[in-house]
Amino acid sequence: MNGGWRSELFGGPLRALATVVLAAAGLWLAFLLLRWGVAHAVFRPDADACRAAAGACWGVIAEKWRPIVFGRYPYDAQWRPAVAATLLLATTLLSAWPRAWKPWLLPLWLVSVAVGGLLMRGGAFGLALVPTAQWGGLPLTIGLAVAGLALAFPLALLLALGRRSRWPAMRTLAGTYVELVRGVPLISVLFTASFLLPLLWPAGWRPDVLLRVLIGLVVFVAAYLAEVIRGGLQAVPRGQADAAMALGFSRWAVQRDIVLPQALRLTIPAIVNVVVGTLKDTSLVTVVGLFELTGALGLALGGDPVWRAFYLEGYLFIALVYWVLCYGLSRYGRWVEGRSAS
Amino acid sequence: MKEPAGPGRWQALVLQVVLVAAVLGAGWWVVEQALATLRARGVHSGFDFLRDAAGFEISEGWLAFDSTQPFWRAFLAGLVNTVRAAVPATVIAIVLGTLLGVARLTPHRLVRGLASLYVQTLRNVPLLVLLLLMYFALTHLLPDPEHAVQLLPGVSLGKSGLVLPWPVHAEAGWTLEWPEQTLFGVSGGASLSPEYLAITLALGLYTAAYVAEIVRAGIESVGSGQVLAAQALGLPPGPVMRLVVLPQALRLIVPALTSQVLSLVKNSSLAVAIGYPELVSIANTSLNATGRPFECIAVVMAVYLALSLLIALAMQVYNSRVALRGWS
Repeated sequence: MNGGWRSELFGGPLRALATVVLAAAGLWLAFLLLRWGVAHAVFRPDADACRAAAGACWGVIAEKWRPIVFGRYPYDAQWRPAVAATLLLATTLLSAWPRAWKPWLLPLWLVSVAVGGLLMRGGAFGLALVPTAQWGGLPLTIGLAVAGLALAFPLALLLALGRRSRWPAMRTLAGTYVELVRGVPLISVLFTASFLLPLLWPAGWRPDVLLRVLIGLVVFVAAYLAEVIRGGLQAVPRGQADAAMALGFSRWAVQRDIVLPQALRLTIPAIVNVVVGTLKDTSLVTVVGLFELTGALGLALGGDPVWRAFYLEGYLFIALVYWVLCYGLSRYGRWVEGRSAS
Repeated sequence: MKEPAGPGRWQALVLQVVLVAAVLGAGWWVVEQALATLRARGVHSGFDFLRDAAGFEISEGWLAFDSTQPFWRAFLAGLVNTVRAAVPATVIAIVLGTLLGVARLTPHRLVRGLASLYVQTLRNVPLLVLLLLMYFALTHLLPDPEHAVQLLPGVSLGKSGLVLPWPVHAEAGWTLEWPEQTLFGVSGGASLSPEYLAITLALGLYTAAYVAEIVRAGIESVGSGQVLAAQALGLPPGPVMRLVVLPQALRLIVPALTSQVLSLVKNSSLAVAIGYPELVSIANTSLNATGRPFECIAVVMAVYLALSLLIALAMQVYNSRVALRGWS
């Protein structure tokens, strides 16, 4: 198909017809969307103007963005989750840069998670205590995804190695775990965590919702991550392990120094997919009573009769937030893939 | 890898026994602890409650249900509702996904661009947000039932869902019953609730974006030499696709498609967020009614595992056929 875009779009009568029809339909749709979303839209937080307008009411975002983005977190202290989330995002961005893959990354993560957690929770250094039940919004979404993935990773590593173990008992246990968890929906895992865990705690002491949800999320994500890592382990040629064994490496050293580094490098694009999936899955925790971005929207608009009519704009706004995060992540995955291929 | 001989082997055996014992012990402790707490609260355990009257209504579904019927029938109705949403959603996902996947490979820039716009938009937004958005649009932005939009004669879409003619069995055989506008709304015909429409459409449209990527990757995996060779033999584009590309691409597509269908079925549990009475939603209601979390969750997990195995098995049978035909 040489000849560039002109023959692509207009080479032959049928093709030209398709181009014209599609372009007309696309332009018409774009016109309708622009008219609704821009020309006739109301951007001021003015509910009466919104009801009178024929277009979108972006005023609802202008009015409600604080409760949508931060949930029930106390209004005056919302700078704290903002700083904590920025810190986590910055650390994530830094970790995404292959040149920063050095040993000091781990202590950096520990420090940024500790500082972020302290900022969110408070109760020290003159910061007022904010119980986890009041955490919410985008910082909670980011925090759940980061903490869930970070805690799931060691478990996933164990499971992946376990499925390739020489011991049949180990293989069976790891395999059963992975298949069981992958066979059920996340919602039922979250329900299990939120109903079963309180029964295990000593009487009179209930584990808080955030902890329960986090445990459920870790159990779930670890199974998917384990399969991805196992795929990477299988992709490392057998000869690598054999050669290392012949050189006198111990069995653990073969895995740690030879197989795993290669396997993890191979799996980065697939791991990025799991990260995107986890970020999207955090929206489900709203079903068990934690108000992350999706839940916070419901909280912000559902309880307010004046703005309740403008959910559509609210959903579009949080969809855009999710989209920016997930699209950025998947572009990054593509970039790393291209980098390691060259 | 060969087992090391001598004492190492015994060591491995003992360690494995210890490992299994530890895991089983931990599992037993969890169950025992939970049961003890439940006993202390005065909750009886066991699956005997499945025969008790459920005491709640189920708003819609193929399986008629009323509150005097037992819990097991409620679970069954929930399962039927899951299937009722998942099957049409799978059809939408596969048909639309295949079209989009092929569209992303056409040598027409505009078609390619529109298809990839769709895929990139839907893949990067949580299904729950899409579902809630669709449900809100269906229940708030559509006109009231009295002013429902007539899509086709007899088919109308309004706030109370989609109403359409439905075949009914009368004495004179099967006839088509047409919905009629009465003083109290629409009667006759079949009506699909907004909850049902939202979950089916959201699941179908969302999964289609994933299916599109699978189809595209499958077709791209067939080497361009195959296509060129087929063209050199004088085959027109249709048969090139049907006889050369697709049989090879399907071998890659089918396993990936299986896992997409599986996750579609699992994702149908999100319907709990909009109140469509599928399995998880029924289990949740039963759990609150009986206070037996273990049993209700166990039923849900068992059913999903069985469904997963069933679908995986069916796809495997299909896949082995596809694979064999390619190699023979």
